[in-house]
Amino acid sequence: MSASFSLLFSFAAVLALASGLGTIAARRPLRAAMFLLVHLGSLALLYLTLSAQFLAAIQVLVYAGAILVLFVFVIMMIGPGYDRPTSFRALFPKTLSTVLILSLALSMAAILGRVDLPMSELPEGFGGVKAIGLALYRVATVPFELIAMVLTVAVLGVLGIARKKTAIELSREAAPQGGEE
Amino acid sequence: MDIEISSYIVLGALLFGIGAIGFLVRRNFLIQLMSVELMLNSVNLLLVGFNRAHASSHDGQVFTFVVIAIAAAEAALGLALAIAYYRFKNSAETDLGDLLRH
Repeated sequence: MSASFSLLFSFAAVLALASGLGTIAARRPLRAAMFLLVHLGSLALLYLTLSAQFLAAIQVLVYAGAILVLFVFVIMMIGPGYDRPTSFRALFPKTLSTVLILSLALSMAAILGRVDLPMSELPEGFGGVKAIGLALYRVATVPFELIAMVLTVAVLGVLGIARKKTAIELSREAAPQGGEE
Repeated sequence: MDIEISSYIVLGALLFGIGAIGFLVRRNFLIQLMSVELMLNSVNLLLVGFNRAHASSHDGQVFTFVVIAIAAAEAALGLALAIAYYRFKNSAETDLGDLLRH
């Protein structure tokens, strides 16, 4: 049990790191989306090693099933876009931010990696649908209902953003020759 | 008996770093959004990991549930912004969005 869990953890951790690097290194957005799919799947595996079965299923359903499909739809709509090669002027801030973030993440990993928190005994049915459902409806009823409002507001915002024409588009339509910005 | 919590913390920190680097270095709107998803996911991993260490309640997993819902709303809004930006600039490169800089 324990040996297979640590084997699964190492496999999923290496997969998550590699596909995360692939997501930010891929030149085409569609390849980045495919790497992201592998990344989300490996995170679902990691949730399984933490005995959060319900969240692993939610991760696959919501992230891989809904969010990623949305990404792929938009990539198909606006076409593949290559990043232009980095200009010389942009090289300095990019290198600086990479070094700073890398040092921050590595020092965080080095310091917080020493935290020694014993894993507690698992109660019966930990992480299952019934336990999470009871926790959602008994402890977090109001946040759970607020999620519905947040999603509704987000959908309304999306309608507002994606539907209306921008002022510049309207002025272009009014004066087709004046294409200057 | 199980894997140490520290390995999850190290993994979460590294994944957050990867997402942050991607957000700062890449100039494609969609890949920057994916980097935000990477960062959100690393935080989710830490929440579930700490919940495993304090297994008497499900608070961390409920929190993760809410974060996933917020991430779905964020992805929908971000992709709508990407479409609006693309119609405006005919490109997905965020370097071109410098209207407020001049």
